[in-house]
Amino acid sequence: MGPAAFGLIPLEGSAPPEFGVQAFDSRPLFPSSVWTACHGEGSLPASCAEASSTWTDVWFTNHIAQAVIAAVAVIVFWLVVVWRPKVIPGKRQFVGEYLYDMIRNGVARDIIGRDYQKYVPYLLALFTFILVNNLFGQTFLFMFPTFSKIGFAWGLAGASWILYNAAGIKRHGLAGYFKNMTVPHGVPAPLLILVAPLEFISNFITRPLTLGLRLFANLFAGHLVVMVFVVGGSWLLLATSASSAGYSPIWNVAGGLALLLSFFVFAIELLVACLQAYIFTVLTAQYVSSSLSEAH
Amino acid sequence: MFPLEGSSGPLGPLLPEHLSEFVVGLVLFAVIWVVMAKKIVPAFEAVYKRRDELIRGGIEESERKQAEADAALARYNAQLAKAADEAAGIREEARDSAAQIRTKARRQAEAEAERVIAAARAQIGAERVQAASELRGEIGGLATDLAGKILGETLADEQRASRAVDRFLAELDQLPVKA
Repeated sequence: MGPAAFGLIPLEGSAPPEFGVQAFDSRPLFPSSVWTACHGEGSLPASCAEASSTWTDVWFTNHIAQAVIAAVAVIVFWLVVVWRPKVIPGKRQFVGEYLYDMIRNGVARDIIGRDYQKYVPYLLALFTFILVNNLFGQTFLFMFPTFSKIGFAWGLAGASWILYNAAGIKRHGLAGYFKNMTVPHGVPAPLLILVAPLEFISNFITRPLTLGLRLFANLFAGHLVVMVFVVGGSWLLLATSASSAGYSPIWNVAGGLALLLSFFVFAIELLVACLQAYIFTVLTAQYVSSSLSEAH
Repeated sequence: MFPLEGSSGPLGPLLPEHLSEFVVGLVLFAVIWVVMAKKIVPAFEAVYKRRDELIRGGIEESERKQAEADAALARYNAQLAKAADEAAGIREEARDSAAQIRTKARRQAEAEAERVIAAARAQIGAERVQAASELRGEIGGLATDLAGKILGETLADEQRASRAVDRFLAELDQLPVKA
């Protein structure tokens, strides 16, 4: 479990000395000499406070790589399941249709209703991309949910924000859409002074923020808990009086217990991974639906 | 460093460590979206459309077949009813003709019987006439013989003889004489 073992698996998280929030830091795949100098052990050069990475350190990181792998996996998966589709589906096509119907009928059609067809590709891409990235949190070689890096979550939240606003503006025109989203139907005029700003904040600012934060926070916290149970548990299990001050044999018992409980934590994390992908998709559909509706 | 980057700021991990995450995430998502819109979703929809058409076509086909079967059944039922009617008519006719045949046969038989009877009667009549004429001839002789015998032999029993003669003559009268 030393740093060397982690080094053998390039995409996995940081070495144990850094397990904390630092474990979420990206590592460059091809570290520059500057980065290596500033991320080593011991005292660091004074220049590291300023710029400690080149552009390759920022654009070719383990987390970027796993996002790319997820995207390729998603595209390959869908291409495989619709390869030479048949009227009577085989097993391969059946799996694809099951997932496709879940988003197409269960999310797009049920929530958006009329004109749902246009939004199926977006929702399908959204759901599968998030799902695969979330499942990376429980997949060896990765062991890191991509969306616990908030940049990815903000990216998708921004995309959904643009989507539902664009859909509304296209349907009602800029003024009509803006009125729909800020002036609720049936509210007396004097109250609008209070309600309209609240509606504006709720529909244009809170929505994307909560969308991104919800996804990020669930996976961030989930991964943190996994690390506490697995890395912390194994550290406690392997602790000896020689390695740690204040050692007591109860540490080893607690560590073993924590490792056992980690299975339960992993199960919960699997659920969270699927649930968050689904929730993000459903909420996007919900926002599109509210943008398209006549009277808000 | 980009202003919105860095996990060491006051917002901690709520800001992207690097802007690259945001950009790469968006670009990857856009690529997946395009693939979905251009390739995956049309492929699924095409299959669904084909399946729909096939099922709809199948339903129409079976409806058409059902209608055909219904029509055929109605036709057969009509034919059956007609045949039953015809059979009843034929039976009726047969019964009628049987009765006619019976009547005719009876009439013929009766006529034949009458004819036979008449012939028999005529023959009998003729025979009787013949017999009667023969008898008359013989009776004369016999009567003469008898009279001779009676007269010649038994005068004593005169009364009885006369009675016998009387009876005999009476009987003779009673016999129908036909030509």
